[in-house]
Amino acid sequence: MKILNVILSAFRALRRNKMRSFLTMLGIIIGVAAVIAMLAIGQGAEYSVKEQIAALGTNVLMVFPGAQQQAGVRTAAGSATTLTEDDALAILKECSAVQYISPGAFAGGQVIAGNLNWSTSIQGVGSDYLEIRQWSVEYGEFFTDQDVKAAAKVCILGKTVADNLFRDISPVDQTIRIRSVPFKVVGVLTKKGQNAMGQDQDDVILSPYTTVIRRLSHWPNLRFVLVSATSLDNISTAQRQITELLRMRHKIQPFEADDFTIRNQADIAATATATTEVLTILLASIASVSLLVGGIGIMNIMLVSVTERTREIGIRMSIGARARDILTQFLIEALVLSLLGGITGIILGVAGSSVISSIAKWPTIITAFSIILSFGFSIAIGIFFGFYPARKAAMLNPIDALRYE
Amino acid sequence: MIHDLTLSSSGTNGTLIQIEHLTKVYKLGEVDVHALRGISVNVLRGEFVAIMGASGSGKSTFMNILGCLDTPTKGSYILEGIDVGKLSRDELALIRNKKIGFVFQGFNLLSRTSALENVELPLFYGPTSTKVRKEKAIKALDKVGLGDRIHHYPNQLSGGQQQRVAIARSLVNDPSIILADEPTGNLDSRTSVEVMDIFQELNDNGITIILVTHESDIAQFAKRHIVFQDGKIRADKVNSKPKIASEVIKELPLIDDEEEAA
Repeated sequence: MKILNVILSAFRALRRNKMRSFLTMLGIIIGVAAVIAMLAIGQGAEYSVKEQIAALGTNVLMVFPGAQQQAGVRTAAGSATTLTEDDALAILKECSAVQYISPGAFAGGQVIAGNLNWSTSIQGVGSDYLEIRQWSVEYGEFFTDQDVKAAAKVCILGKTVADNLFRDISPVDQTIRIRSVPFKVVGVLTKKGQNAMGQDQDDVILSPYTTVIRRLSHWPNLRFVLVSATSLDNISTAQRQITELLRMRHKIQPFEADDFTIRNQADIAATATATTEVLTILLASIASVSLLVGGIGIMNIMLVSVTERTREIGIRMSIGARARDILTQFLIEALVLSLLGGITGIILGVAGSSVISSIAKWPTIITAFSIILSFGFSIAIGIFFGFYPARKAAMLNPIDALRYE
Repeated sequence: MIHDLTLSSSGTNGTLIQIEHLTKVYKLGEVDVHALRGISVNVLRGEFVAIMGASGSGKSTFMNILGCLDTPTKGSYILEGIDVGKLSRDELALIRNKKIGFVFQGFNLLSRTSALENVELPLFYGPTSTKVRKEKAIKALDKVGLGDRIHHYPNQLSGGQQQRVAIARSLVNDPSIILADEPTGNLDSRTSVEVMDIFQELNDNGITIILVTHESDIAQFAKRHIVFQDGKIRADKVNSKPKIASEVIKELPLIDDEEEAA
């Protein structure tokens, strides 16, 4: 029997029981759609987490001064004044796993250039800040160590700030006033875009931390120290070295808690990635269960169909169908069921994912892999769950089959 | 052995079927049931044989073996020079497809499948092209007088018409024999005679027909009677004056609720 004829007669057989075929397929449709949608959601989450990590720089550590503790009442992290410039410089000097450091200070305020003004945050950083953040200057240049030592009134503008303060002229070598202190613009940063929280990273002004501390914030200690490890693998070594060094420098007794906090981006990132991966696997496995149930539905219906059509099988055998012809016929029917269900499920899954992503504002990613996976899965299910009923049909004794009532 | 299946004119001196010492034993739990106890019989090309006997006489078992649906326990069955007893399941299927046409009591048509597609069915299991398949099926349906109903479904046809579709299906692959198992069992007497008329016509055109029946009326249309009893052949005689179905029909009163156009 030619395969095309078999496929055609499979369609005919399935059309005879439209409702039943549809309900059987529904199991596969829901299963495949669920797998596609769940993978899309999981992979979307994975993608956005990876984006966040990439934006942060993975080998970066942040050292914050610890929370103040007065009579047992602890205030927020960073409220203590324990992190000094000397601490920062010692980290760079003593810790072998540390490559760059950038002491950090903050100030905010209105910035004026000519007749334009803009409200933004002023970050005091070290000269190696761009190395740590893997950022670069588009025009002009970054400030130098000399500028840091001299607390020079120089600054570098983020792209957003530059665009808002200087409409037609190049900002480089212009003077801006930050809280009435004049600063010379030495450079403009390249555009970095939004960070993971949706904040505009280009809405910033960078200036030597010494300058920010002395001229703007008047807060003597550092708000944070940004540290980069020599490599991704050395992150935990760097963290350990910094902890030991700071405990020693701050004369913390072994039974006392740290008066600083180190945040390890890579750890957070790895945890987040692992979490989303687990989420993806979890979602996909739950969805696969429904696919499995769909497969069992196919097997069930095929078994019913074989029993119902025993006489037909007998007739076919009596006029010359071989066992393998009968096997093929029923296997193809199961395959057609699962494939139609699979294709419909893929379409539904893709549509469903985009609905989810537009309603829940959750990024969904549909990869060729997940489509191939579910397509392959439905073929496998058709063959696996169709084989037993088909074999049962093929192994029937023609005489018994013909007599079957 | 299977490759010369297509040569329908093999075999010697017009002998179509040679059966020697055929026995069939079923195991029914612990008990051995001897359905056939040493049958020897020859059938020549062009014969019209009626196999008769009470139920349990072994005629159905004999028919199943003749039709290659079952294999003998002992003895040999040679169909057109092929020792059928030694063939595999698949080879038997091929023999059924090429050499044997079945007509059953219950018609055994595929429901919700048109007359044409039912008749085409045996050709699906061979190498026939779509075009030839359709031509052959229409020709076979013409032969049984249903050329105008090829697109009807079995439930739109009367019993007689359904049986004629089944006969057309048995004819479509130009078989060596047609095996008819109680073909008139579900039909009224007039329709039965009409079906016998078709068989006689086919037989006149040289097709060998073996008919299993327990109705002696129906057996009267055959040229040879083989009577089974307790798994053995009790009688094997030539019917020198078979009834002519086309003449019998004329004498039968017309039954008005059965529309027939034979």
